[in-house]
Amino acid sequence: MTHSALESSPADAGRSAPNPAPGQPENVTAPPARKPRRSFLPYGLILPAAILEILIHIGPMLLGIWIAFISLTQLNLTNWLNAPFVGLQNFINGLNPESTIGQAFFSTVGRTLGYTILVVGFSWILGMAGAVFLSSNFKGRAILRTFFLIPYALPAYVGTIAWAFMFNQRDGAVNQILVDTFHLFGDERPFWLLGQNSFGAMIVVNIWQLWPFAFLMLMAALQNVPNDVYEAAAIDGASLWQQFRTITLPMVRPANGVLLMVMSLWTFNQFNIPFVLFGASSPKEATLVSPLIYQNSFGSWNFGLGGAMSVLLLIALFIASAFYIRMVLPKGADND
Amino acid sequence: MIETRNFRILRNVVLTILSLWVAIPLYVVVSTSLKPLKDVAGLFQWIPREITASPYLDIWTTVPLAKYFQNSLIITVCATVCSVTVAVLAAYAIARLQFKGKRAFSLTVLSTQMFPGILFLLPLYLIFTQIRNLTGLQLQGSYLGLIITYMTFTLPFAIWMLSGYFASIPKELEEASMIDGTGRMGALFRVILPVAKPGIIAVAVYSFISAWGEVLFASVLTNEATKTLSLGLKSYASESDVFWNQLMAASVVVSLPVLIGFILVQKHLVAGLSAGAVK
Repeated sequence: MTHSALESSPADAGRSAPNPAPGQPENVTAPPARKPRRSFLPYGLILPAAILEILIHIGPMLLGIWIAFISLTQLNLTNWLNAPFVGLQNFINGLNPESTIGQAFFSTVGRTLGYTILVVGFSWILGMAGAVFLSSNFKGRAILRTFFLIPYALPAYVGTIAWAFMFNQRDGAVNQILVDTFHLFGDERPFWLLGQNSFGAMIVVNIWQLWPFAFLMLMAALQNVPNDVYEAAAIDGASLWQQFRTITLPMVRPANGVLLMVMSLWTFNQFNIPFVLFGASSPKEATLVSPLIYQNSFGSWNFGLGGAMSVLLLIALFIASAFYIRMVLPKGADND
Repeated sequence: MIETRNFRILRNVVLTILSLWVAIPLYVVVSTSLKPLKDVAGLFQWIPREITASPYLDIWTTVPLAKYFQNSLIITVCATVCSVTVAVLAAYAIARLQFKGKRAFSLTVLSTQMFPGILFLLPLYLIFTQIRNLTGLQLQGSYLGLIITYMTFTLPFAIWMLSGYFASIPKELEEASMIDGTGRMGALFRVILPVAKPGIIAVAVYSFISAWGEVLFASVLTNEATKTLSLGLKSYASESDVFWNQLMAASVVVSLPVLIGFILVQKHLVAGLSAGAVK
């Protein structure tokens, strides 16, 4: 069987799969239906998930789009059904690249992209290093493996609180090491949670929390690489780096696509770390997209503007998700 | 890779650096949680001058930590159990049954996973207000609102992972059971679920960790009575000063349930991931 139901058109799969004519050879584009009679069972099974999806995901998403086109303020928040329709006014007011708010929005998107690349890149490198060196057998391997996963298992805010304490300017552990021990920055204690440095500090915290996930997924992918492939390569005189490049990297490629995509989306949408590190409003050098929308909606009570920003973000993520689904779906819902 | 001498040296260096990188913040948390407040106020001491367990006793009285703990536990356990149950049913339909609209359903579920919570926060708040106005059902500030929010947010990943996992189980297993007269649902509960245990555990752990550490929705959908740990820990910091030693002790206490659970099932997690997601 080379075709799955997913690759045929939905209408085709719908017509042929649930109810193939008795006695006829099964349609080649669909896998054999195990239960030939029409049944409500599948709908019964997905019903709870479908109701939740509609109530908590689809409904709010559509409402979120609607909010961008109405004038919603603190005053009419509880009576939002009667808020006046204002057309594109929120987009024109808020997202005009000439205006201050518009500039802030677009520079925030750019900053968040840079943030995502740095966090995901470093997390991947650390995860790969851990996975490669823990895939060989040695004493203490199992303990190290569990240990490396702890930052991922910890509640996100606990890790962030720990780093916030360490980044304290006057007597935190970071400045204690960098300034007192290594005498960097000309013996002057930098502020890590204010100004330009806060961006870097936030990146460090995020990498610390995210890299174990890359480590976990890459380690799972590397378990399928047989050791004799490396042995053969070593006999042929391949260096460690060559072995890594020509054997390890190609072997993790299938897992890599999904891994990088998932990590990028999580990082791009990051809210928890800045929220715990800086509170409801981040320093302007470290504001990411999610906190910016939060500040606009719940800080300045300008829901229409927050809504307009959300719609733009929605469109961008929708395009990204189209790529993501192409990578994930053929396997996720496949039958064979 | 092949264990040459260079490889081993490199391995020791890299693993030492990674261990320090993971260990230092953890050490800072644990050591601070064992210090008296006067030793926490000044420059950070790597070696505590004095060790005391009193922060672990004080945390329960400074802040209603037990109450927050109870709130988090109720919300997280309910959300995890419900999410896994709903996901098992839907994933089984996707992995094993043919039906019209299957592709549309899978696409929708998967694509909602992409969008950040912030996009749903305000609309969800508005919908919850509307539901209260219409029916009197209180969803904001109640356990129920957070439970259904958390369970829905972990659903896409759970359904996706479990359907991959179910699809990898040989069909012959359940066919044999159906011939014995158990029916489809009987086969699901008696044959598939026991075999898929690692996948289900992995999904449950994922749901638990996500809900236990969630901040954004908790910040808007809880009130003083239903506040979860993620927000409650902030109470150790007042306007003027922060009880860092108690905050760290509370962090340790709060982390223990997830850490212990995680370490216990960590083998299943790797197995579940490599079968369901990475393959």
